[in-house]
Amino acid sequence: MKTFKIGGIHPPENKLSESSPIKVLPLPESVSIPMGQHLGVPAVPVVQKGDRVKTGQMIAKGEAFISANVHSSVTGVVQKIDEISDSSGYRRKAIIIKTEPDEWEESIDLSPNLVKECTLTPEEIVKKVNEKGIVGMGGATFPSHVKLMIPPGKKADYLLINGVECEPYLTSDHRLMLEHGEEMLVGITIQMKALKVSKAIIGIENNKKDAIDHLRKLVTDFPGITVEPLKVKYPQGGEKQLIKALINREVPSGKLPIEVGCVVHNVGTSVAVYQAVQKNKPLIERVVTITGNSLKEPSNFLTRVGTHISVMIEAAGGLPEDTGKIIYGGPMMGKALNVPDAPITKGTSGILILPEKTTRRKTAVNCIRCGRCAGVCPMGLEPYLLAVLADKNRHEDCEHERIMDCMECGSCLYICPSGRPLLDHIRIGKGAVGKIIRSRNQ
Amino acid sequence: MNLLTVSGSPHVYTEESVSKIMYGVVLSLIPAALVSFWFFGLAAILVTLTAVVSCMFFEFIIQKYLLKGPVTVFDGSAVITGVLLAFIVPASLPLWMVVIGSLVSIGMAKMTFGGLGKNIFNPALVGRVFLMISFPVDMNMYPKPSAMSTQLTDIITGPTPLAIVKEGVAQGEKIADLVPQVPEYANLLMGNMGGSVGEISALAILLGGLFMLFRRIITWEIPTAYLGSVVILAGTLWLIDPNQYIDPLFHLITGGLMLGAIYMATDMVTSPMGRWGMIVYGIGCGFLTIIIRIFGAYPEGVAFAILIMNAFVPLINRAFKPQRFGEEVKNG
Amino acid sequence: MNEITLFSVISLGSIGTLAAVILYFVAQKFKVIEDPRIDQVAEALPNANCGGCGYAGCRAFAEEIVRKQSLDGMNCPPGGNEVMKEIASLLGLEAEEQEPTIAVVKCSGTRENAPPKVNYEGAMTCSFAHTLFAGESGCPFGCLGCGDCVVSCDFDAIYMDKETGLPVVKDNCVSCGACVKACPRNIIELRKRGKKDRRIFVSCINTEKGGVARKNCSVACIGCGKCVKECKFDAIVFENNLAYIDYNKCTMCRKCAPVCPTNAIHELNFPPRRPKPTPESETATN
Repeated sequence: MKTFKIGGIHPPENKLSESSPIKVLPLPESVSIPMGQHLGVPAVPVVQKGDRVKTGQMIAKGEAFISANVHSSVTGVVQKIDEISDSSGYRRKAIIIKTEPDEWEESIDLSPNLVKECTLTPEEIVKKVNEKGIVGMGGATFPSHVKLMIPPGKKADYLLINGVECEPYLTSDHRLMLEHGEEMLVGITIQMKALKVSKAIIGIENNKKDAIDHLRKLVTDFPGITVEPLKVKYPQGGEKQLIKALINREVPSGKLPIEVGCVVHNVGTSVAVYQAVQKNKPLIERVVTITGNSLKEPSNFLTRVGTHISVMIEAAGGLPEDTGKIIYGGPMMGKALNVPDAPITKGTSGILILPEKTTRRKTAVNCIRCGRCAGVCPMGLEPYLLAVLADKNRHEDCEHERIMDCMECGSCLYICPSGRPLLDHIRIGKGAVGKIIRSRNQ
Repeated sequence: MNLLTVSGSPHVYTEESVSKIMYGVVLSLIPAALVSFWFFGLAAILVTLTAVVSCMFFEFIIQKYLLKGPVTVFDGSAVITGVLLAFIVPASLPLWMVVIGSLVSIGMAKMTFGGLGKNIFNPALVGRVFLMISFPVDMNMYPKPSAMSTQLTDIITGPTPLAIVKEGVAQGEKIADLVPQVPEYANLLMGNMGGSVGEISALAILLGGLFMLFRRIITWEIPTAYLGSVVILAGTLWLIDPNQYIDPLFHLITGGLMLGAIYMATDMVTSPMGRWGMIVYGIGCGFLTIIIRIFGAYPEGVAFAILIMNAFVPLINRAFKPQRFGEEVKNG
Repeated sequence: MNEITLFSVISLGSIGTLAAVILYFVAQKFKVIEDPRIDQVAEALPNANCGGCGYAGCRAFAEEIVRKQSLDGMNCPPGGNEVMKEIASLLGLEAEEQEPTIAVVKCSGTRENAPPKVNYEGAMTCSFAHTLFAGESGCPFGCLGCGDCVVSCDFDAIYMDKETGLPVVKDNCVSCGACVKACPRNIIELRKRGKKDRRIFVSCINTEKGGVARKNCSVACIGCGKCVKECKFDAIVFENNLAYIDYNKCTMCRKCAPVCPTNAIHELNFPPRRPKPTPESETATN
């Protein structure tokens, strides 16, 4: 079975919600839709306080090239356009809408039947994806239309679909593949058409055997798409690792996947592309896993963007007593919240509630130079060295040791027996080195 | 409810910890300890206990009153240093010498550099070499093993197999004449030979090594490279002149080689971090060991070989970087 | 004397002589002519290499002064006026009198005033905590309390108060500005020391709306503007819900501090205020 070569770890999988089907979360009383749900420039509101908006109506426009439109996820009246605390506690602009019963935008096709044929040209597909505000749904939230346009002079020959879901606990992609497999495959064909590639591979880790079997049955109707089971190893869902695992190509340091002729999209993005292109439905809801060891009902909810996390937690049985951390995303790369009230965004794949005792960091002791961090680093770096260099402000040496290749997967911090905050230090170093590189390029 | 915690990702951590690793090593040393208690009796137990207790005591004193920092005596690293130090001195060594050795190990080799993880040289080996140079007579009197021995005084001492061979070759005797003077290989493997407390039984040490491999405390690279290079170099010499040089198997199962290759050279703190670095380091240790054993002044060269290679570790870490992702672009 | 001695004396002697000759010519060829005054100026500087002047170190500062032949905009904060006068006399220049400054921490979010709502775990550096989250108290402007400023100080002039979780500037601060640069939230400002070390400043930099700021911290500047109205010298600038006292205009009249509803204006080293005359005492004097 295929996998990537260097490094990697096996954290306990804990896929608690893997057999719970996707449920629709009841409409919340109000939603707060942030303007910056994607990588790049935040969108600019086009509605005003007091306006009545329909479900699926565009409420903010992404004006820059790397930006995305934002649509209203509910029907209702805009209460205010204000700054609310985001997942880190900093205040960012958001549109707050008081919910009324749904009234969908007329152009959206709500019928459940599958539309397989797509008659649009590649340019029209990209335009549609842009219009409907589709972003990468794996967590990085890079605007998808940018990824569907191949830069001049480059050529893609593979579309890789990331169904790996290597993060422990999370199951939203897994359920999506099982329950929306056909829609996803149509979405993939549309993406292939936009990219003008003839081959697509769906990479799925072997702990999701039912999804592999299900999709293998379905792909017989879709020429060019294959399903590839992968060995379970974190961080296989990293773009570069996935490319290495599936087609054995290594993206050079500091370059994008297009350099080796491939484009990587998430399964969630593919479903969203299908809905945008075939059904005219913008990205206003997504599957979010809510899980945790002491949570009453770990489940997968189809949630409107902008729903407050507290609403979801209530729906899953309430916040357990022993909660130590609420994590926005998976346990390896997610963000710990400091207010349990941030809204769900387009990139939220899960909400994880960890009990106090499992989430305590060890007290950091001296590095015993076991070298495990270097052994598990999927980029072949030496985290112990980078952490020390960053701590001592030796930024040139950091750059020389390729600190910018670090993708912050957290394997080093996970494995460290001394409990040293390696990644924290590396992040500081990365920030400083990034600043130096940018100022040099100007 | 308590306050929520905020920290950078990741939010789950491995169960492994420094003290778990350290006590894993201690656990794996039990077979070797039992063998030595069997052959050397109460003397071995006393030496081991003295070394462990005094190592922990000195670490405590230094951390608490000299450095005035946090006290980490119970993380297990001082226990390992103590056990290993005891394992590489003769069972007949006066206990006050063991205490001095512990002081040198902990005080000089470990704490002066900044404590756990900061030392350049393996503390136990530094202690042993210090004792060997300071008290050469006592350090070269090895008690003869006797099963279930209980005696404490009037220990009959005799030379180690390595010393027998070295002396013999130096006096011009042929290997074939010397072999009958050393115990049979099966006995050597079990540990029925003259030697330091814990190094005698290659089999028990191998058992401990397998346990550590299974627990992923050590990796295969260093022991394999070390033992492999010993076999290759000793084997080449043996093939050249079997009358002058003894066969490689003898080298493998006598002296401190097994203990050195599995416990001393693999010490995380003083060994390289990358795979290729480890292999180079292991080969270096192996070659130096054989060179000292055959051409040097001492019959045994493991301690010196490892200490010399310890000094090279920072350089090796610099020279042998792990393979970076995206360095060699293979498109296929 | 045997031959060996003789040979070695001759051979070594000639090698030595040859090397000396070569060295002499090489030294002549690559001679660096340096202004001797650079050494003199560098000598006069404190040589703490703190970087407070904006140059890489004391030597770089000296080189720049000698090259520019002027003291415009050149100041050595730890040395102060004395050192600058000495340098001026060395170079025959005139040193501008600088009023001494000191670092001021503009946050009062102690554990009591701004109780922590979450617990931070991880590397104890502000620069990381700043990128990670708003802070334990939830105030996105307040002090994170990890002590980057303490680490950056070369003069041991700032320390972390364990009780309050805030840094405290000691009197021996030379105002080199290292802490100002180290603070990712720009809480620390260099302000004039003032006569008898008396200073008045707004100890808050939160630009959020009053209600929001107040939610996280009881001593935040809520932007009510009362102090602005009280000030007769236009010394208080009001912008983005935040008042700022301009130390160049402030006359230390102390009128603004009592009107602040959240006690965000701090007075340092002033004599205690006389108790407010109560109405009774007023009538009594009348």
